[in-house]
Amino acid sequence: MRGLIEDDYVTEEGEFVINIGPQHPSTHGVLHLKVWLDGETVKKVQPHLGFIHRSIEKMSESLSYRNFIFATSRMDYLAAHINNEACALTVEKGLQLEVPDRAKYIRTILAELTRLQSHLLWWGCTGLDLGAVTPFFYAFREREFIMEIMEETCGARLTQNFMVPGGVMYDIHPNFQKRTKEVLTQIKGKFQEYDDIMTGNVIFENRTKGVGFLSKEDAISYGVTGPTARASGVSCDIRKLIPYSAYNQVQFDEILGTGGDCYARYMIRMHEMKQSVSIIEQLIDNIPEGDFQTKTKNVIKLPKGEFYQRVETPRGELGVFIVSDGAASPYRIKYRSPGFSNLSALPLMAKGGKIGDLVAIMSTIDLVIPDIDR
Amino acid sequence: MRILLTYSFSSFANYIHHLLAELITNPMLLHVTEMVILGVSLIAFLVVLCFFLGYMERKVAAFMEIRLGPNRVGPKGSMQIVADTLKLLLKEGLTPDSADKFLFNLAPVIMVIASMMVIAPIAFAKDFQLYDINIGVLYVSAVSSLGVIGILMAGWSSNNKYSLLGAMRSGAQIVSYELSVGLSLISIVVLSGSLSLGDIVRSQENGWWIIKGHIPVMISFVIFVIASTAEINRAPFDMAEAEQELTGGFHTEYAGMKFAMFLLSEYINLFMVSAIAATLFLGGWMPFHIGGLDGFNHIMDFIPSSVWFFSKTFLIIFIIMQFRWTFPRLRVDQLLTLEWKYLLPISMINVILVTIMAIMGWHF
Repeated sequence: MRGLIEDDYVTEEGEFVINIGPQHPSTHGVLHLKVWLDGETVKKVQPHLGFIHRSIEKMSESLSYRNFIFATSRMDYLAAHINNEACALTVEKGLQLEVPDRAKYIRTILAELTRLQSHLLWWGCTGLDLGAVTPFFYAFREREFIMEIMEETCGARLTQNFMVPGGVMYDIHPNFQKRTKEVLTQIKGKFQEYDDIMTGNVIFENRTKGVGFLSKEDAISYGVTGPTARASGVSCDIRKLIPYSAYNQVQFDEILGTGGDCYARYMIRMHEMKQSVSIIEQLIDNIPEGDFQTKTKNVIKLPKGEFYQRVETPRGELGVFIVSDGAASPYRIKYRSPGFSNLSALPLMAKGGKIGDLVAIMSTIDLVIPDIDR
Repeated sequence: MRILLTYSFSSFANYIHHLLAELITNPMLLHVTEMVILGVSLIAFLVVLCFFLGYMERKVAAFMEIRLGPNRVGPKGSMQIVADTLKLLLKEGLTPDSADKFLFNLAPVIMVIASMMVIAPIAFAKDFQLYDINIGVLYVSAVSSLGVIGILMAGWSSNNKYSLLGAMRSGAQIVSYELSVGLSLISIVVLSGSLSLGDIVRSQENGWWIIKGHIPVMISFVIFVIASTAEINRAPFDMAEAEQELTGGFHTEYAGMKFAMFLLSEYINLFMVSAIAATLFLGGWMPFHIGGLDGFNHIMDFIPSSVWFFSKTFLIIFIIMQFRWTFPRLRVDQLLTLEWKYLLPISMINVILVTIMAIMGWHF
């Protein structure tokens, strides 16, 4: 037991130091958490990043305005559409380009389908993190149908690269509307099943209620966004506050919670899925005829200046900041990724809880590690 | 037909005994030979049983999770588990450099031995019991808690932080839940007036205790199933493993056959716990009898006693497997809260109720 007395094993205060990750079943990727424990109680958490840094921001500086969008599919790979949309919107802002209505509608529908599949995957993984394996398969059953729609229309399942400056890359597949409606009918029937297996379960409620509390003030000061912040009562839905694409055409509610705990975050996402279904239902029959893309020049050059666009990804607010010097590729690009800010509040939430709570918190703030590191 | 119905395992055992007695004249040697044959056949039986349980678990999981489960190797995938075992046998049995090598290698063996020892007093069929110890219930509860030594040993000797945390959790958990298991067992001991498992089965000739004992015994049964699920470290009480928290818990560092031995002991434990529950509460090999209805009882006797025993046992195994694939895992403090604040007080009051019932003769 030579190692036990070494500093990195037990601190002077008698705290047990444990490294969760970068290879760990519940970090959903390569996040490294250094955790100081007193028995089972978490005293301190220190997230270490950088294991999947691919310098997407720097790389984009040498790519054209048409190409850099594709790198963003690899950031938050569960919301590739929305990342691409954010970049396309920023470039369009710079070009002062008007996008056809048809493209706006298609973008919104695809973005909501993306949100739906991202939340479904999150729901399954939450079950998995809390020790229930079955929900994962239930979630993947429905998610698979959405992925098939993506495959049919965009040609890819995960990194779609479907949004281009000026609209969308192709027109939708002839089956798109029919299949989307089928999927919506199916998913609506399954929400009750999800509630039956997870939401009402006593063990699940014990594991999540009152766990990982984040106050409204802390959520604001840490820059937490998305469902995580809305669970603490912060109104921050970009779709509602600064509508982009076709979000001003639809009626939907911004779901606000008050609990600020894991259960509130869980419920927010469960309700958001229902809202997404309702948004798609409003749009799917009304896709206007017309062009799906505004023609742009072969080489896009943004005027000199700074352009910023925010969108709402399933995890929160994604900001794209482009500094242009008038050349064919951006001078500087900065992404404000939701995962990074949300992760910064993890040490605060996890303090004083148990190891099991840490896992529950990590899964309810829905971390996607490539989004944090970029 | 007549021969088949009256067939008893004792005649088979006697046949073997006489056969051996002709070959070996030394009574001591004969005794030892018989013991060795018995031991080897039991281990073989348990290993085959674990293959089956492993296959069953995969199929039950697949059924719950809208999958097909193993369906490639052998008919309906039944040989998958054999293939997996061969794979584990061929893997290198790694021992970490900083581990305590002796304890590290001893731990899985202790786990398997402790779980296999429980088999001795269990009656698998009529007249088929290895050793009807007169303190059978006490023996079962004593030996089944030996497994925790193996877990603690594995966790400590691995010299891994996750393993240590898993082992500590498991220690706290098994010691706590042992109490509820013991108290549920006591309620049946009080009713049947015997600690011998053979006597307990025979006392259920006019009806199983779960029916005869009214609600208190049903409560005992439920508590027994919950507490023993916790005692054998199965989800939702798999704190010692807790894959999402501690990667592998106490067996993080184990690979190959040593890891397979932990799995083996887990499945033997699962079978043993279910067998004990079936013996104590559901009548063991005793057919479903209703006191006074001779015709009905006679029809029930036509079903062989081993079929009764195994169908009851597998019913409970199936229930425990369903737990695993339905519920999320408890947190470690909630696990202890459940035991000390709910299960233990309830089972204490329950024992008093059962005792009053037994004294007043209110049970059937």
